[in-house]
This record gives sequence, C-alpha cells and structure tokens, in this order.
Amino acid sequence: MAAIAHDTHEDHGALHHQFENIEQQNDSYIVGMWTFLVTEVMFFGALFLIYTLYRSMYQMDWYLAHEELDVKLGAFNTIVLLISSFTVAVAVRSAQRKERGLVLANIGITIACAFIFLIVKAFEYSAKFEHHLYPGPTFGAVPEHLNGANANYAQLFYGLYFGMTGLHALHIIVGIIVLSALFNLWWRKCDSVMKDYIPTELVGLYWHFVDLVWIFLFPLMYLMPKPH
Amino acid sequence: MISQPAPAASETNYINEFGGLKSWLLTGDHKRIAILYLISVTFFFFLGSVAAAMIRWELTAPAGVVLESDTYNKVFSSHGVIMVFTFLVVAIPSVFGNFFLPIMIGARDMAFPRLNLLSWYLYMAGGILILAGMINGGVDGGWTFYTPYSSMYSNSNVTLVLTGVFIIGFSSITTGINFIVTTHKMRAPGMTWFRLPLFVWAHYATAVVIILGTPVVAITLLLVVFERAFKLPIFNPELGGDPVLFQHLFWFYSHPAVYIMILPAFGIISELIANFARKRVFGYHFIAFSTLAIAGLGFLVWGHHMFISSQSMYQGIVFSLISFLVAVPSAIKVFNWTATLYKANIRLQSPMLYALGFIGLFTVGGLTGLFLGSMGTDVHLTATYFVVAHFHYVMVGGTMTAFLGGLHYWWPKMTGRLYAEGLAKANAIIVFLGFNLTFFPQFIVGWLGMPRRYHYYYLAPEYQVYNIMSTLGSGFLGIGFLLPAFYLSKSLMNGRKASANPWGAHGLEWEIPSPPPSTNFLQIPIVLDEVYDFDPVTEYEQDRAQQAIEHAHEHPGMMDSHDETASKLEEGGH
Repeated sequence: MAAIAHDTHEDHGALHHQFENIEQQNDSYIVGMWTFLVTEVMFFGALFLIYTLYRSMYQMDWYLAHEELDVKLGAFNTIVLLISSFTVAVAVRSAQRKERGLVLANIGITIACAFIFLIVKAFEYSAKFEHHLYPGPTFGAVPEHLNGANANYAQLFYGLYFGMTGLHALHIIVGIIVLSALFNLWWRKCDSVMKDYIPTELVGLYWHFVDLVWIFLFPLMYLMPKPH
Repeated sequence: MISQPAPAASETNYINEFGGLKSWLLTGDHKRIAILYLISVTFFFFLGSVAAAMIRWELTAPAGVVLESDTYNKVFSSHGVIMVFTFLVVAIPSVFGNFFLPIMIGARDMAFPRLNLLSWYLYMAGGILILAGMINGGVDGGWTFYTPYSSMYSNSNVTLVLTGVFIIGFSSITTGINFIVTTHKMRAPGMTWFRLPLFVWAHYATAVVIILGTPVVAITLLLVVFERAFKLPIFNPELGGDPVLFQHLFWFYSHPAVYIMILPAFGIISELIANFARKRVFGYHFIAFSTLAIAGLGFLVWGHHMFISSQSMYQGIVFSLISFLVAVPSAIKVFNWTATLYKANIRLQSPMLYALGFIGLFTVGGLTGLFLGSMGTDVHLTATYFVVAHFHYVMVGGTMTAFLGGLHYWWPKMTGRLYAEGLAKANAIIVFLGFNLTFFPQFIVGWLGMPRRYHYYYLAPEYQVYNIMSTLGSGFLGIGFLLPAFYLSKSLMNGRKASANPWGAHGLEWEIPSPPPSTNFLQIPIVLDEVYDFDPVTEYEQDRAQQAIEHAHEHPGMMDSHDETASKLEEGGH
C-alpha cells in the first residue's frame, strides 16, 4: 500500500494538524483500522468459542437442528459476499489509479450485494420465525421442524445462530452506511477521496473483515458433518 | 534533547486559548479531554466512595446498623461497579495517559482526536446509564454479574447497568486504539522505542490488553443483556447452557483488566522514582519488557478466579502455576525501583511519598496474591475478606495511590499552579496510614473466615473489632481523599504560578511551558538523549546550589551558609 507515491505536495487529502506529513497520517489510519479489526476478531472470537464448546457438547442435536437451515440460500449468500469482496478490492485498486468511474461502479455493486445478502437473510429469518425456531418460551412449538433434536439444545443452537448471524448482519448494515458515505464522497468528487486512496482502502479493509466472518459462519452453521 | 525555543512569553495555553463551554465539549485537544476525564472520574470516584462509606458504617455492628439486606447488596454492588468500570479501568489512562502520552513522545496530539473525544462521550453515556440503573431501583449481584443469578433471577436493573458497562467498554477500546497508533506512529524524530519513558511503555501495554480483552467481556455482557431481554439462551442451565462459561469469558477479560488498572500505575511510579531519585531507572529494559510480560501472562491466568467453580484439578494446577509466573515480572519492577533508590539523591517531595507508599502497598497486595493463587490456601480463603483486602491493596494501595502521586506530580504542569506542598506531604502520610488501618485488619478477619459480601456476622461477634478498625481507617482514608480536593482546588484560585519544570524532572513534558500551549510544541522536538538522562555530577551541584539558596533565605545573616550546607550534605549523603 505504500507503493503509491505522493508526487506533489498537493496530491493528497487534507493533512490534519497533529500529523507531520501525509505518510504519517496515512500510516496511522491503516494501523488504526487494523487495530480496530483486532478488536472485532476478539468480539466475534468469544462467540466462536461458545459455539465450539456447545457444539462439542451437543453434536447430534445440533446436527439435527442445523438440517433445518437452508443450505442453498446460505451458499447463495456466500457467493454474493465473495463477489462483493472482489468488487470492493477492485474499488480500492481503482481508487489508487484514480479511476473514478470504476470506483463508483464497484462500490455500487458492493452495496447492491450487501442489500441482496440482507434480503435473503430476512427471508431465512422469517422462515425460522414461522417455524418457531427463535429463542423464547414458544421455541419448538412446531416439533416437526426440530427434526428430532432435543428442543433445549436446539434452542441453544438457534440462540447462537441468531446471535452470530445477527451480529454479522449488523456489521453488514454498518458496512452499507459506510460504503454509501464513501460512494457519496466519490460522487461529489471530494478531494478527501479523489486525491487520497486511504479512505477507500479503510472501508475496503472493514468490508473484507465482514466477508471473512461470514466465510467462517457459513460452514459452521450450514455445513455440519453428521457426527458418528 | 534539542529543546524548544525558550518558552514563549505569551500567556496563551491550552486552557485559555479558546473560551466557552462549547469549546471544551467539542474539543479535540487531548489535554482538554484529559481534564474532562479528570472531572468525570473524580465525580464517579466520589459516588463509589460514598457507597464504600455506607458499607463500612453498616459493618461496624455484627447485626448491621441501618441498611436492609437487600439495600446492602445493592450498595456493595454499586461500589464495585462504579469503582471498577468508571474509575479504576479508566482513570489513569484516560487522564494522565491522554494528557501526557502524546507530549512524552513529542507529538502534537493523539492520532485520532475526534475518536478521543468520542471515548469521553461514550464514557459519560455509559456512566449515566449505570447511575440511572442504580438510582432507579439499584442493581445487585456484585460487579461480577455471575450467571445464572444475573441472567435469570435478579429482578434489579441488571440490564440497564450492563448496557452502561458495555458502552464504557467501547470508550476503553477507542482509547486503546488511540494509544497504540499514537505510540507507533507519532513519536518525534529520535524518540526510539527504548528512549520512551516507562510511562509510555506501560500505557502501550495497557492498550494492547484493552483491545484484546474488552471486546470479549463486551460480547459476554451483551449476551447476558440479550438473555434477559430477548430470552437468547446462552448461559441458561435449564436448556443445557453452561453458567460457568460466563465466568470463563468474564475473567478472560476481567483478570487482564486488573492489569489495565495496575500497569498505568506502574508507569507513573517509574516516572516518579526516576525523577525524585534523580537517577536513570535501574534496568530500564527489564521494566519495559516486564510490562509486556505482565500484559501477556495476564491473559493466561483467569482460571485462578475459578478454583472452586467446578474446574478440573489439572486445569487448576496449570492456572495456579501461570499465576505464580506473573509474580516474576512484578517482582522485577519492585526490585528495580528499589535498586534505583540505592545511593540515590532522593527528594522526599509529595509525589515521591506516594510512590514509596505504592511500592510497599503493592508488594503486600502482590504477595497476598500468591496466597490466593495457590490452590490449597485459596479453598480456605475464597470469597473471604482476605480476597477483599488483597485486591484493595492492589487497587487502592496501588492504583489509587499512583493516581494521587501522578496527580500531585503533574498538577503544576496541567494547571500551571503550585499547591501547598506541606499539606500534600501530610496527606500522603494520612492516605498511607488510613489505608493500612482500613485494609490490613481485613486480611486477619478474612483469614479467620469472615465471608465477603455478607451483611451480618452476629454468629461471629469476634469479627467486630477488626471491622471497627477498618471503618475507623476508612474515615482517615476519606480525609485523605477530600483534603487533596480542597488544596488542589485552592491552588487553582490562589496557588503560585508553576515554572516549566518545578521538580527539575526529565522528560519532554517538562520542556514546554506550564500549562502547555494547545499544540504542545512550537516545533516538533528532536530527541538526542536517553530517557531519565540524569547526570550525577550536575545533579549534585544543582542540589547543593539549591540548598544553599534555601539556606540563605532561612538565615539571611549567615555568610558561610553555602559551605555549611555542603558539608552537611556530604555527611548525610551516604
């Protein structure tokens, strides 16, 4: 990322007063973003730990409970997010090359992918709600959707399913807001993004992280092997 | 160090450059944010102390004095929550770290000033939610919020208070990110890693612990909130959930959080010891690396809070062993500070008194930690007043003493005013004695078996004498906290103006005017010297000259005062 030279002094966004030069400012932003992503890893990490523990305790029930999830929709969403990861990478690349049209197109596709993901997720959630597979006193009121799993352990599974995918969906929503703000800056030809690719890079880093979480969530939630 | 152009004659500084409340509430200046934090943490500390006073008053009689049992539960829970989450975790990093970390490394500000301001607003939002929960019915179950009590049974304001703690967690995280980026990227030319003041090392290590630990406890507490609000069952044993899992996740943060509270205190003490012993700290590298070692090991010892929580014996042995290892880097620090004092030209000014008190109190706190870290004694001592005494020696005797030491040390720099040194010295002694009188009897009464968090002890009236001693001591301690509030505020009104470097200390913060200008440095310094670069010969001569001047002031008639002072010094020097 340091390969992009800053030829002239004017060739960058505004330099804030606390920084000596634009390299220091950009380095700080990048280090700050990575540090933030570390906190995000720890944030999701606790949930993955809980998942690991309970799955190892209730393997068969979780397997039976997970069969109710729609693998096709999950796989579709995975592909959608992978495409969005690609387009956001192209957007960063285009930002470095100052190709505004390409940046706008790719950020646009990324935002569209994020919306598609959420819409599919909404369909999945509503199906689970209809089948009474959401945590609470009425959980498992339609027993045939439990596939014979112990209702209590299945409730733990769906508790984590909603907890983890819900937290992930929240990150997607935040991503849409941030990507839209970035799109707006490019649309209005603001110097802060046109002359400096770092803001685009930061949003890209965040979006890759959100995708990466889903890359772990999809196999863990949808693709359990049958326990022996 | 290539220092600043001579402090400008102009009177513009960070306090008076911009006026009006709005200029404070929307500031990006790390120094102003530190002042906002100083005011807020003092406020929360006061509330926590009031709760502490109520606990102490209640325990003077074996059957209680005024509080109902239910109220007592809420009072000690409030004390713990307020002190831990709104004072100890926050105070030193957010006040002194915020104010001095950028100055010490030669930067104009934090890397992300707006994020820094956001952290204060998050802190206040979380603090207000916590207070709202406490005023509007209170919260019980203690500051640890163990499940399933907190998630399934407690009918107090757990949800509101936990939401507040969750938000304060993000305030910590933003501060941590700022410290890490600032230390990595904002150091002045020549300010290498091993020229960093140990205060900066301590805050860097603290920031690492913050960003690794805080998110885990944040999500854990959020799960409890969700369990209460939306029946999301994670720790619910009725459904096969594991309530002890909460304890694992909670202590995965909350043990390292102990180091979030004490590492910045170590940083302050290193500064005080070096600057008042007028020597480079003995074993600078060892202290720096022991800070990182504590931060690292701190993540591997959480199980020692759970020796009796159904964890396996072998797990207990491993956690016990690693807990013992933490004693090594901690002892390195204590020994190195002590070695720094050896044959040093020690100046017993008020900040130094706090620092010396810290070394003693922290050593007691740390060593009793070993008692609790060994499984055999821990079974006997778990959840007794011995534990209470242990962590108060570390948290109050350590962190709070260091906070006061730092406050006295940097007060002239932060405000530009000198306080009444005589009162300050007396106060350091009051705090030390009051503290020991409060908490040492708790070791004994805990050893005798008095459980923590109990309201009554009428079946064991022999505990009363210790509790009365404790309450008496807490009165002195209260005076020791109120007195600085009095003489420090008084110094703001009519204190003498402080020079740029009233202590003759080393460090970039002492090379700029008191109070510093808004941009800290008129030009970014270039650092050429090692840190704490005291030259013994110069120090000795300066000291002699200073004492001769003081002597001449006291005895204007005596002509040979200079020689007399010098010979006295030589006699007393060894």
